[in-house]
Amino acid sequence: MEEIPTPSKEQPHHPLDDLIRTDRIPHIWCPGCGIGTVFSACLAALKASGINLQKTVMVSGIGCSGRAAGYVKLDSFHTTHGRAIPFATGLKLANPELNIVVFSGDGDLFAIGGNHFIHAARRNMDITVICVNNLNYGMTGGQVAATTPYLAKSTTTPAGNPETPFNLPLMAYACGATYVARWTMLHIRDLTDSITEALCKKGFSFIEALSPCPVNYGRRNKQKPLDMLKLYQEKAIIKNDADPATLDIDFEKGIILGKFIDLDRPTFIENYDKIYRPSRLQENVPELNS
Amino acid sequence: MKPAVLTGEYFMTGDVACAEGALAAGCRFFGGYPITPATEIAERMAIRLSHVDGCFIQMEDEIGAMASVLGASWGGMKSMTATSGPGFSLMMENIGLGICTETPCVVVNVQRGGPSTGLPTHGAQGDMMQARWGSHGHYEIIALAPSSPQEIFYLTITAFNLSEKYRLPVLIMTDEIIGHMSEKVIIPEAKSIKTVSRPKPKGRKDRFKPFAPGPNGVAPMPAAGEGYNLHITGLTHDEKGYPVMTVEAQTEMMARITEKIQRNLDDIIRTDSYLLEDAEIAVVSYGISARTSIAAVAEARKLGIKAGLLRLVTIWPFPEDQIRKLADRVKGFVTVEINLGQIHREVERCAGGKVPIFLVGHPGGTIIHPDSVVKMLMEAF
Ligand SMILES: Cc1ncc(C[n+]2csc(CCOP(=O)(O)OP(=O)(O)O)c2C)c(N)n1
Ligand code: SF4
Ligand SMILES: [Mg+2]
Repeated sequence: MEEIPTPSKEQPHHPLDDLIRTDRIPHIWCPGCGIGTVFSACLAALKASGINLQKTVMVSGIGCSGRAAGYVKLDSFHTTHGRAIPFATGLKLANPELNIVVFSGDGDLFAIGGNHFIHAARRNMDITVICVNNLNYGMTGGQVAATTPYLAKSTTTPAGNPETPFNLPLMAYACGATYVARWTMLHIRDLTDSITEALCKKGFSFIEALSPCPVNYGRRNKQKPLDMLKLYQEKAIIKNDADPATLDIDFEKGIILGKFIDLDRPTFIENYDKIYRPSRLQENVPELNS
Repeated sequence: MKPAVLTGEYFMTGDVACAEGALAAGCRFFGGYPITPATEIAERMAIRLSHVDGCFIQMEDEIGAMASVLGASWGGMKSMTATSGPGFSLMMENIGLGICTETPCVVVNVQRGGPSTGLPTHGAQGDMMQARWGSHGHYEIIALAPSSPQEIFYLTITAFNLSEKYRLPVLIMTDEIIGHMSEKVIIPEAKSIKTVSRPKPKGRKDRFKPFAPGPNGVAPMPAAGEGYNLHITGLTHDEKGYPVMTVEAQTEMMARITEKIQRNLDDIIRTDSYLLEDAEIAVVSYGISARTSIAAVAEARKLGIKAGLLRLVTIWPFPEDQIRKLADRVKGFVTVEINLGQIHREVERCAGGKVPIFLVGHPGGTIIHPDSVVKMLMEAF
């Protein structure tokens, strides 16, 4: 493979270069894939947030989206399929100073890793979860996911998906997330702003980023690479504070985008400190009875 | 509020002694999921970690528990989990991630009868091969087998020390009987306990390679948030930690994760013996079954049979040399374990057909009675 020279510090090729492992470029994402755009929005948000990047960690699971951890120039962990959130939970508990971003795919976070998502939200674990929702399993070649629309085609639903997809913001809200937003990768400003806001907010934040997978989803559903983007443009309905129960994705009627939830409740660590850690809060702890 | 090291004399179960050993070793994170007969370790940790500014979390399952333990280790804490058969099965994929990413941590398996849900409240030693090969791919692992609550206290410290030194998950393969039995446990003074912590890197942070082996084959290990811009992946990776999908990279990485163990066998392998010096028949056993075997050897000696015991404390890497040397001088071996012949196969392999070898095994649910070992010693030789 031909080596791509690392750009010099004086003349950065791209304003986000300092957050990218340029020695790992070219990346694996296909032409027309939306993951790179969501990733850029995430990097721009990391910068805009003003948080201490030396204390910021990205954790991914497995999938095309999960490769993000391999390109970000931060401490980054590419874990096992579905397990980014519990890995991040351990990291955060061992060092509460860390800001943790989980960046992964819809299959990773909501099929194999769904159990961890709902419990981390319930506990209000102080992490930011970004889900690239491309409506299928991209990496493995376009199988049905827990987000694939009813009747959509995939390699494992060749005649159409008989299942109903998740409404992800509703699930996040129902499980206790304190910040919930949805954008598409076309709404790059809003997406970046939401990620920035989520990074600065304590508690479990969830951002769904709709993103095209032209190679594996588009191709099987009679969508040319730009068709999905057109849908994002034409069918987007921006409705902040919309009722999460109304957020099912419906490409006919429209896809509701916006910031839906932004509230405060104590995080796991705050509650744990209060009840268990005397040295951090100078309160009584339960005695050992044996 | 109690200190990390509860110096004193106690009447303690193996599970509780294991938790106390972990604290004495410097463990400050426990991520677990309840399962008989390991639950008491979690329960003890839930309260004791709060005394030492540590953190306990009951995760949603054992997959998450194991993932949290790895995360906590990279967060800079010595971390552990404890489980039994079904949970051990669920942890396997992430134990592999720990091996591949060279992440120190301790996993305790308080074995019960299997397969499947098996015998939740009855002991067995049926997961010994799963401990060796349970995660996919080829790798080396360290597994230790304590024979008493007192020993589990010390071996838990040893397990942490080995995991920190060699950067890998270390398994404690105990069983329901040791876990639930109460015996005298002496916890020494804190200053007499030797603990080891992962070496920290020195020098320029931007040149640091998290997988470049040091003198003993192991790389120093920073924690997240220390400014190294680490990339850690379960994909095959180079010394920098970057994924490389080539046969060469695979060969190099596999050498790294296997040789650091294979080259340090003398440091890792621990065995113990009883009346073995002049023995003509070597009984090989471990864990609770080693105690059965001690009684049996003593009884056999009274009957004029020159038996002796080799007690395996380190199970993996397997004490091959110790068995080979014995095979050159004894008339035969008897393996004693609560399964239908797992370590037995290893003994057979290392004895290399030089002498006969017999198994006193049991499918699980109870300890092996010394009489059945004595009977074998009388009848087989
Ligand atoms: C335990 C396990 N099962 C299956 C796989 C195979 N696998 C790799 S990626 C993936 C799906 C990824 O889908 P998603 O999370 O939506 O990410 P995308 O590729 O679409 O970005 C699967 C099933 C795996 N790596 N590990
Ligand atoms: S397969 Fe789909 S999701 Fe994966 S990189 Fe290609 S376009 Fe993107
Ligand atoms: Mg996907």
